[in-house]
Amino acid sequence: MSEYKTLSWQGLWKNNPALVQLLGLCPLLAVTGSFINGLGLGLATTAVLIGSNTTVSLVRNLVPAEIRIPIFVMVIAAFVTIIQLLMNAYTFTLYQALGIFIPLIVTNCAIIGRAEAYASKNPVKFAAFDGLMMGVGFTLVLVTLGGLREILGSGTLFSGAEFLFGDWAKQLTLTLYVTEHKFLLAILPPGAFIGMGLLIALKNVLDKRLEQLNKQPAKVVQRARITAESS
Amino acid sequence: MSLRIASSPHQRSQRSTAELMRLVCYCALPGFALQCWFFGWGSLLQFLIAAVVALGTEALILELRKKDFEKALSDCSALLTALLLAICLPPLTPWWITAIGAFFAIGIAKQLYGGLGSNLFNPAMVAYVTLLVSFPVAMTSWLPPQHLAEHPYNLVDALSVIFTGFTGEGYSLTQLRSDADGFTMATPLDAVKTDLSLGLTLEEATSKGQFNNGLGIGWFWINLAYLAGGLVLLKLRAIKWQIPVSMLGTILLVAGIMHLSAPDLFASPWFHLLSGGTMLGAFFIATDPVSASTTDRGRLLFGAGIGLLVVVIRTWGGYPDAIAFAVVLMNMAVPLIDYYTRPRTYGHQRQRGKP
Repeated sequence: MSEYKTLSWQGLWKNNPALVQLLGLCPLLAVTGSFINGLGLGLATTAVLIGSNTTVSLVRNLVPAEIRIPIFVMVIAAFVTIIQLLMNAYTFTLYQALGIFIPLIVTNCAIIGRAEAYASKNPVKFAAFDGLMMGVGFTLVLVTLGGLREILGSGTLFSGAEFLFGDWAKQLTLTLYVTEHKFLLAILPPGAFIGMGLLIALKNVLDKRLEQLNKQPAKVVQRARITAESS
Repeated sequence: MSLRIASSPHQRSQRSTAELMRLVCYCALPGFALQCWFFGWGSLLQFLIAAVVALGTEALILELRKKDFEKALSDCSALLTALLLAICLPPLTPWWITAIGAFFAIGIAKQLYGGLGSNLFNPAMVAYVTLLVSFPVAMTSWLPPQHLAEHPYNLVDALSVIFTGFTGEGYSLTQLRSDADGFTMATPLDAVKTDLSLGLTLEEATSKGQFNNGLGIGWFWINLAYLAGGLVLLKLRAIKWQIPVSMLGTILLVAGIMHLSAPDLFASPWFHLLSGGTMLGAFFIATDPVSASTTDRGRLLFGAGIGLLVVVIRTWGGYPDAIAFAVVLMNMAVPLIDYYTRPRTYGHQRQRGKP
C-alpha cells in the first residue's frame, strides 16, 4: 500500500482522530448542535491541521528537540489566529455561533498530536496530506454527529447553510418534519455524549464485521497418528 | 445427614426475582388505582403503552445480544419499570413520548449497561429525566383532579387524546386541563413553587382550588396509598427500612427547619411528604435493589442524600418535582458510599484508624 493510501486509511477510519484517538472531544461535543456548525468547525480544524503539519515538517530539522513543543504550539496558534480572523471577516454569523471554540482549536490535541507524531518526522508532502486526511476524518465525524442531532432535535438538516456559503445556500435547508414537542435532549449536551457513544459503538461493530469477512480460514494440519496406544 | 459446604451468602431468600418484582407491582397497585380515580384513565393507557414498548425493547436487545429473552421477560422487571414510568407520566402524554421513555429505560439505561443487575441508574428514573429534559411542556401538563375539571374525560377520550391530541368532541389537552373556572390548573408542587417565586406567602399560595388544608387534593390520598403499599413491602421484607426512613426523615427534618425559620417562604414538611412522588419515591423507587446502596449504613446515607436533594431541588431548582433527579444523582454516589461503608466481616476486629 502506498504511503498516501495508508495515510488516507489511517486518517479517515483506522486511526480517526475523533472515533479512535478520542482527541478534540470538547469542541466535538460542544458545537455539533447542527450540521453546519459541525462543518464550519471541521473545515477550520482541517485548515489549521494542513497549515501546521506543513510548517512543522518544513522546520523539522531546525527545531531543537528540547523546545519543540512550545514551537509547535506557536505555529498552531498562528494558524488558528489566521483562521479566526478570516472567519470573523467572511462568515461572521458562524463565527459568533462557534464562539470560543474557534480559538480553542489551539488546544485540540489532535493537531499537536499529528505535529509531534507525524509531521516532525516526515517530508512535507506526506505531512500535508496527513493533515488533510486527519482533518477530513475529524470533519466527517463532526458533520455526522451534527446532522444526527439536528435531525432528531430540530427536524431540519443544513439549517444555517447561508452563514457558511452565502445567501444562495438558504434553499439548502431541508425541513424533515415539524413538531410541537421537539426532542430537546438531542440538542442538549447529553445528546452529544450519547450520540458520540453510539457512533463509536457503530464503528467497532463495523470493524468486527470487516475482520470476520477478511479472516482466512485457519489451516488445519492433519497428522497421521504414528504412536501406538500405550497399554 | 448431608453436610454441605457452600460459599456465602448462607442465608438465602426464598423469593425468586420474578416473585419480588410482582410483589412490588402489586403493592404499587392501590396508589396507581387511586391515581386513575383522581386523574382519569390516562395513566392506565400509559402503562399499557409503556409495558408493550418496554417488553418489546427488552426482547429485541436480548435477541441481538444472543441471550435467552423468554427467561428474562418472565422476571417482570421490565414490567415494573414500565409501571413506575407510567405512574410518573402525566396521564394524557402523547403516546410516542411514552414510547421513547420506555425504549430509553430498557434500551439505554438498562441493557446498554449489561441488563438486569448491572444498571448503574434506576431505568424508570433515567427515562423520566430524559423525557422531562426533552419535552418540558408535555411532561408538566398534569390534569386537575377529575371532580374539579371543567371537562372530565372517559376512557375513549383518553385513547383519542393520547393518540391524536383531541377528544371525540374536539377538546384539546389545554382545554381538558382547565378547572371549573376555566383556569389551567397546575399541580400543587408547581403552584406553590410559582406563587412563592412571585412573592406570595405560603398561605396565599395554598388557598387555591387544588388545595385543601394546605395539601393537594388527590395527591394526599395517592401518597397515603403508596405509603400503605410501602409498609406492606416492609412487612413482607421485600425492602429494608433504612432507605425510606432516612429519606422521609431527612425531608421532614430539613423542610421542617426551613418552614419553622420562615413559615411564609418555605412549604411545610407535611406538604413535602404528601405531594408529588415523595412516598412513591421513598418506598418503590429509591429502594431499587440494583441501583441503590447495598450496605445498611450506606442505605441510611443514600436515603438521607435523596431526602436532602428533594427539598433543595423542589425549593430552588428549575423543575417542580425532584424525586427523579435526586435518585439519579444519588445513584451516581452509590459506588463511593458502598466503598466507605463496607461492613466488618464477621470474626474480624475493627482496625484502628481505618474504617
